[in-house]
Amino acid sequence: MKIRIEKPKDDKETFFEGTAKELLEQLEINAEEDLITRNGEIVKLEEELKDDDNIEILSVVSGG
Amino acid sequence: MKCKLCENKRVSQDYCKEHFLKYFEEKVEKTIKEHEMLSKKDKVCVAASGGKDSITVLYLLWKLGYNVSALAIDEGIEGYRDHTLEFLSKFCKKHKIPLKIKSYEKEVGKRLDTTVPKGNHACHICGTFRRHLLNKYTQKYDKIATGHNLDDECQAVMMNLVKGQTKLFSRQGPKTGQIEGFTQKIKPLYLMKEKEIMTYSFLKGFNTPFNECPYANQSFRAKVRDFVNKLEYENPGTKENIINKYLDLRKPVKEKSINKCQVCQSPCSSTICKTCRIKQEINA
Ligand code: SF4
Ligand SMILES: [Zn+2]
Ligand SMILES: [Zn+2]
Repeated sequence: MKIRIEKPKDDKETFFEGTAKELLEQLEINAEEDLITRNGEIVKLEEELKDDDNIEILSVVSGG
Repeated sequence: MKCKLCENKRVSQDYCKEHFLKYFEEKVEKTIKEHEMLSKKDKVCVAASGGKDSITVLYLLWKLGYNVSALAIDEGIEGYRDHTLEFLSKFCKKHKIPLKIKSYEKEVGKRLDTTVPKGNHACHICGTFRRHLLNKYTQKYDKIATGHNLDDECQAVMMNLVKGQTKLFSRQGPKTGQIEGFTQKIKPLYLMKEKEIMTYSFLKGFNTPFNECPYANQSFRAKVRDFVNKLEYENPGTKENIINKYLDLRKPVKEKSINKCQVCQSPCSSTICKTCRIKQEINA
C-alpha cells in the first residue's frame, strides 16, 4: 500500500490490509486529527482498505 | 455505512457529501444568528491567512450574501506565508472578494524572520503586531471575522483553566465585547470541529495548502490538543460539552478604560501601546 502522510511528513509503501481505523492505530495517528482519502475521496474509519490502495492522510490541525 | 438522511455513502460521522455540506452551512448560519454576530448591513472583514479555516469563513460569508472583504497579514516568514498568500489572492480574485495585504516589513519596519529567533518570543511579538494591524486596518468595518474553531476554543479554555488565568477565560467566546477603538471580532466557526472544517474544505475542493509556521512553538497547546482529541475520540461530544459548559459559566469582564497610545494613537491600556514598545526595542 502506498501511503502519503501530511504530518509528520512521510511517504511509504508497506503491506496493509484491514480497516482505515486499524491503519490509523498502526500508524499511531488519532482519527480526530487526520482525514483519510483514497483516490480523492474520503474514507470512513470502518471501511476496508486493500493492499493496492493509494492512501493519503491529510492533517486536520492547522499550523501557526 | 449509509447517510442518516438518504441511501448514499457517508463521508462524515453521520452524512453523505450532499447532506454534510448542508448540515455544515446551516450550522454556521445558525451560530451567526444565535450569537448575533452579523447583520446584512454590517461591513465585515475576514482576517484571512489562506488556511482552511479562514478560507471557509470567507467563502461562507460570501455565499450567505454578507458584505465581505479580506485582510491578510504578511509576517515575513520565509517559505511559509508566501504559499498561503498566493493561494488566498487567487481565491479572492475568483470570488471577487476585495483583499488587502499588510506586511510587517512595511508597517513595523522589519520582517519577522529577520527580527527574532524561533521560540515563544517570536509568537508573542508576531501576535501583538497582528492584532495591532488587524485593528488598525479595519477601523472602517463593523466586524472582523476570524477562523477560530471549536478545537481552538476548547484548547484555549483548557489552557486557561490549567494555568488559572480566569481573566482571559472570561474574554473568550463567540464574539468580543464592544470597546471603543477596537473593531469587534466574531468567530462564525465557533461550534465547528476542525475535522469538520477540513472535511468541508476538502469536499468543496478548496485545496488549501498544508503549511506549518517554522516558528510555531506550541508545545503546551499541542499537549492540550492531544489530550482533548484523545478524550473526543473515546467520548465523542467532549469538545461541544466543554464549550457549552464554558458558555454557561462565563462571566463578562469589566474592561479598563481605554487610553490612546502617545506614539501611534491606537487604543491601549497604558501610555505607550505594546506594538510601539516592541517596535522601539527591535529597531533600537
Ligand atoms: S506560529 Fe507564531 S510566529 Fe508563526 S505565524 Fe503564528 S504567531 Fe506568528
Ligand atoms: Zn445523504
Ligand atoms: Zn502605539
